[in-house]
Amino acid sequence: MIVAVPAPVDEAAPPAPVLELIDVVKEYPGDPPVVALGSVSLRIDQGELVAIVGPSGSGKSTLLHVIGTLERPTRGVVRVAGEDTSTMSDTQLSGLRARRLGFVFQQFFLLDGLSVLDNVADGLLYRGGHIAERRRLAEAAIERVGLDHRVDHRPNQLSGGEQQRTAIARALAGRPALVMADEPTGNLDSATGASLLELLRELHREGTTIVLITHDLDVAAAMQRRVEIRDGRIVGDTRTGS
Amino acid sequence: MIRGPARDGSGSRLSRRDLLRVGSLGLRNRRLRASLSVLGISIGIAAIVGVLGISQSSKSGLLNELGRLGNLLTVGPSSTAFGQPTELPTTAEGMASRVGPVTNVTEIGAISNIYVYRSSLVPANDTLGISLTATDATFPATLGASVAHGTFLNAATARYPAVVLGAEAASLLGINNLTNPTQVWIGGHWFTVVGILNPVQLVSQMDSMAFIGFPIAEHDFGFDGHPTGLYLRSVPSQVNEVAAVLPPTVNPANPSVVAVNFPSDILKAELVTKGAYNGLLLGLGAIALLVGGVGIANVMVISVLERRSEIGLRRALGASRRHVAQQFLVEALLLSVVGGVAGTVIGALATVVYAISQHQLVQIPDLALYGGVGAALATGAIAGLYPSMRAARLSPTEALRAV
Ligand SMILES: Nc1ncnc2c1ncn2[C@@H]1O[C@H](COP(=O)(O)OP(=O)(O)OP(=O)(O)O)[C@@H](O)[C@H]1O
Ligand SMILES: [Mg+2]
Repeated sequence: MIVAVPAPVDEAAPPAPVLELIDVVKEYPGDPPVVALGSVSLRIDQGELVAIVGPSGSGKSTLLHVIGTLERPTRGVVRVAGEDTSTMSDTQLSGLRARRLGFVFQQFFLLDGLSVLDNVADGLLYRGGHIAERRRLAEAAIERVGLDHRVDHRPNQLSGGEQQRTAIARALAGRPALVMADEPTGNLDSATGASLLELLRELHREGTTIVLITHDLDVAAAMQRRVEIRDGRIVGDTRTGS
Repeated sequence: MIRGPARDGSGSRLSRRDLLRVGSLGLRNRRLRASLSVLGISIGIAAIVGVLGISQSSKSGLLNELGRLGNLLTVGPSSTAFGQPTELPTTAEGMASRVGPVTNVTEIGAISNIYVYRSSLVPANDTLGISLTATDATFPATLGASVAHGTFLNAATARYPAVVLGAEAASLLGINNLTNPTQVWIGGHWFTVVGILNPVQLVSQMDSMAFIGFPIAEHDFGFDGHPTGLYLRSVPSQVNEVAAVLPPTVNPANPSVVAVNFPSDILKAELVTKGAYNGLLLGLGAIALLVGGVGIANVMVISVLERRSEIGLRRALGASRRHVAQQFLVEALLLSVVGGVAGTVIGALATVVYAISQHQLVQIPDLALYGGVGAALATGAIAGLYPSMRAARLSPTEALRAV
């Protein structure tokens, strides 16, 4: 199995693009059609921490869905880890998500019937491989997010923050090339949200590439790179050297 | 390194074992609902297996009976073309026994207007419908009758006031056993009950009769010696030939007033009606199965609606459309297979209990056993097809928006 090993950005070699969007348009059918994304080009390199900001309805979630191959663009090219997704079959796209991409959602989306361990291990389910190996990787990820004392708990026995940590461990367990989080702190109080963002920043420092959607401009300001989106177009892309 | 080899083993995968685990998740988490939909299927399968098993068991019982009694013939007087009653000649038994393939002959003589009472104090019109019949010691062998208590008549007891009661006659008189000497009141004489018969399968009218010997019948009730019926057995392969020669043999002067019957015809008719009855029950079982299938389809549709976010999540984790469809199809199949196995076990148990209570051999056709589970599986597959297709067609983002 090929595992994308995150490594600190090498100063000498140019960083490899984890993601490339070229003139991506996403329209939803209607009269007139809803243009959720109007010609977006974006490149995200390995090891980046990118915040996507913009007002409600500006197309942030749509952008993330297109990046995550959950939605095919109407026009344009989406390359994930160097692979052009436009010619891929459903099974190949799914394989790409299983191996290369990790998602964290505002609503956590944990399965009630499974323990924390099995929820996290199911993040590796569709790669194949033995369940014991998946559980071993899951345990490591759970330890990384600081939930080792909760492995056998059910999601409904966890606090909101713990549930979101579980979801982050699930996205992380397979060491994906890119982790995408759509307002991960949206359902949490500000203190819990802050500690979660700190966890994401730590993961970034360890080499994980992360795209984060947020409403919160203070949160965005603390990120290494901010992409601002309005009416389906990128209107700003700024970096702070940190 | 991130570029990795392009499209290495590119598709997403789900091993069979993982599929089974994922497919059973919904059932493990919603046990009550799962067991109720299992119940629907199992009722249908139990009905079908039970009907097939019970009918097979009782049919094989009837077929045995047919084999055992298929060579039994009855000879009786028929009325003339002008509707006048006739009688058999007194020589009938002797003549019939001379027909080559005939192995057993027994004559009976109904004694009219004489009835059997428990005691002399019972009012005369309280006859209980027990008719008095004269016969001889060959009766049990010819009719396949067996004695439940005591003995049948023999050459000695035929000359004395001794009576043997049919099974129903005995129970009507309230005589269940012969541990104490028992007497009944017949036409102004006390008769000792020397035997009680088991039910006679093929000629059930014997059950409500009381039997005495010919000598005592002539002595006490003036029986005229004309038999009212003959029972014969022949070599099985010659039954039809025997039937053809019996009228001229028994009554050479007037063969047309002799009626020959096969009691086994009644059994054959019974087999046919049983078959028709089974068709009806099987139809009901099939309807129950259909309703069970609709129940599963219903539960699956609800399950897909309720679990939209799970579907979206699994798509994000790398499940392909096919994996999602498989998950829900496996869930439907598991429901139906559990129902099918439970129903088959219940139906088989019902057959065993019924067959034992009817003293029949337990016979469940293999087809019913495999077919029960197979029919359940097919039902589950059909019921699960539409919901799982629907789940697979759901777009991931639509599913994720569902909360
Ligand atoms: N399936 C769809 N069909 C039609 N229009 C859609 C669909 N999905 C999104 N849109 C439209 O596309 C635009 C962008 O939606 P999107 O969800 O990406 O916004 P957002 O930036 O994530 O907003 P929020 O901050 O409120 O989550 C909106 O105008 C929305 O109405
Ligand atoms: Mg959004």
